Amino acid sequence: MQSLNTYRAGPDERGHFGIFGGRYVAETLMPLILEVEKAYASAKADPAFEAEFRELLAQYVGRPNPLYFARRLTEAFGGAKIFLKREDLNHTGAHKINNCIGQILLARRMGKKRIIAETGAGQHGVATATVCALFGLQCVIYMGSTDIERQMPNVYRMKLLGAEVKPVTSGAATLKDAMNDALRDWVSNVHDTYYLIGTVAGPHPYPAMVRDFQSVIGEEVRVQILAQEGRLPDSLVACIGGGSNAMGLFHPFLDEPSVRIIGVEAAGHGLDKLHAASLTGGKPGVLHGNRTYLLQDADGQIAEAHSISAGLDYPGIGPEHSWLHDSGRVEYVSIKDDEAVQAFQHCTRLEGIIPALESSHAIAHAAKIAPALPKDHLMVINLSGRGDKDVSTIAKALGDIHLGGLV
Amino acid sequence: MSRIQKRFDQLKAENRAALVTFIMAGDPDRAACQAVLNGLPAAGADLIELGMPFTDPMADGLAIQLAGQRALAAGGSLKATLELVAAFRKTDQETPIILMGYYNPIYAWGPEKFAADAALAGVDGLIIVDLPPEEAGELVPYLRAAAMDFIVLTTPTSDDSRLPVVLANASGFVYYVSIAGVTGTGSATQTAIAEAVARIHRHTDLPVCVGFGIRTPDQAAEVARAAEGAVVGSAIVSVLAEQGPAQALALVESLAAGVRAARK
Repeated sequence: MQSLNTYRAGPDERGHFGIFGGRYVAETLMPLILEVEKAYASAKADPAFEAEFRELLAQYVGRPNPLYFARRLTEAFGGAKIFLKREDLNHTGAHKINNCIGQILLARRMGKKRIIAETGAGQHGVATATVCALFGLQCVIYMGSTDIERQMPNVYRMKLLGAEVKPVTSGAATLKDAMNDALRDWVSNVHDTYYLIGTVAGPHPYPAMVRDFQSVIGEEVRVQILAQEGRLPDSLVACIGGGSNAMGLFHPFLDEPSVRIIGVEAAGHGLDKLHAASLTGGKPGVLHGNRTYLLQDADGQIAEAHSISAGLDYPGIGPEHSWLHDSGRVEYVSIKDDEAVQAFQHCTRLEGIIPALESSHAIAHAAKIAPALPKDHLMVINLSGRGDKDVSTIAKALGDIHLGGLV
Repeated sequence: MSRIQKRFDQLKAENRAALVTFIMAGDPDRAACQAVLNGLPAAGADLIELGMPFTDPMADGLAIQLAGQRALAAGGSLKATLELVAAFRKTDQETPIILMGYYNPIYAWGPEKFAADAALAGVDGLIIVDLPPEEAGELVPYLRAAAMDFIVLTTPTSDDSRLPVVLANASGFVYYVSIAGVTGTGSATQTAIAEAVARIHRHTDLPVCVGFGIRTPDQAAEVARAAEGAVVGSAIVSVLAEQGPAQALALVESLAAGVRAARK
């Protein structure tokens, strides 16, 4: 592991985190990408932009949300003291809204009238449709038809909010394919359209910008744990698809060497079968505007990912995670579908909190390591979203996996 | 002198524009693709763009997406693409071949090794859709070392401040993407194309070939009056898929007739 003075300085001026990141997009988009970068730099330096962002987070999203001491999960695991960062309590039910608030303010600042976005689980689509409703902007959401089927409640929510949901049927019809179609839309409507990317991936400046907007998660955790426990956490655990909830939690703590940081990818059916663990099972490549770890074959063709959780079902990961992986600062592990489903049940039954299947991956990993940790070990799990959207998937999975006395 | 430069010099002497045809390597399968590829020069193709199939063609419309899927399903790969070119070169040493596609398969191959291997197979240049000038530095020096051209894409969004940045890497010819959009969709007006080509020529002496939205001999002829070349892709790929190799080559013949008659 290389030792750096800071892990928080990236990206460089070209949008690179080490060899990762960059701007690998069609030339048609380059002038606009450069314009987004410029507009974001100017917004970032503008106290009025920051004030409006913070005001909306407080009054509209409902921040700060609690850092909740999960007494019964702690007792059940029998080791580390478990805290849940309650992103599920945000307006729209997940962390995705934090980034959408930031980017919609930027899109308005740039004078864009039409917003497009991709969505996997539908949480980012709902959050995007929500902010478009709030600001009266046209909204088009690309969503894989496989995901539309397994996240129907979110599809209805988007439509109720006034968004047009465009089904994507190419490839496996999941998040990767939705992102392809969103990029095709953007190339075709470059003059009036803003692409509101939902995770810490895509061409520069998106990975850094989305991280900045999501860092409110870790910033709040720092204040809250100091108030509640008088010291920093010993470990942070978050699930990773593209990696925005994880990056938001991790980034403010990257330069705290005492804090162990763990990202949890989706191992799907298992790492030797279909999965979505890009860092564990992939290698560096270029897709969707950035260089990062990708699931791919020897020919550089992108592999289909699989996860029971639509939000993690992506063959790539944000480039900063790839860099944090290679630099050794963050540990990356993976959790299988059935382990996530079990953790989902644990959290629901023991805490009365229905977690998103995505977040259940983080809980499942905590369940693995917490028992062996001392009782004064402070572990923060990012409960990135609520699981109402997943009930039909869970019902199906419990039929398949084990009924566990639940039915 | 490179095959590309030689071809454009020759066309200039004949006072006509080039017909540049696109097909996807390995579509619908290797044997049929080889037959079409080998038949393109006789049908009137002056330069050939050969698509490198990729799972995630973000800048392509449906016709070329499906072509890539068919090619991959039939065992297409970057290696098979180079083998198609090598086989073509056994019978044709004159017609330039440009590979067009996305960066990841090349990155997976290794840019330096790929440049050398592609040159050896008889490839004359590359068009990489998702490698803008900001990132092209990781490939272009290897292409130069292998005496291959890096064909840059300019678009309706490449304004006078952007063009010099894009053209800094250019050699061979310049590909003007005539619409802000994906392949196989809308067409630009003749006036817009003529203006754009004139603007590009204020920044470079390289030949300019115009693509996207050119489907008929008449459209190809119009472009051939304004630019040094007309690129046709989706239309040929669609006919190949729907009607077969003979009809695809027949379309190329009629496109070539349109281009050849344009300046007469």
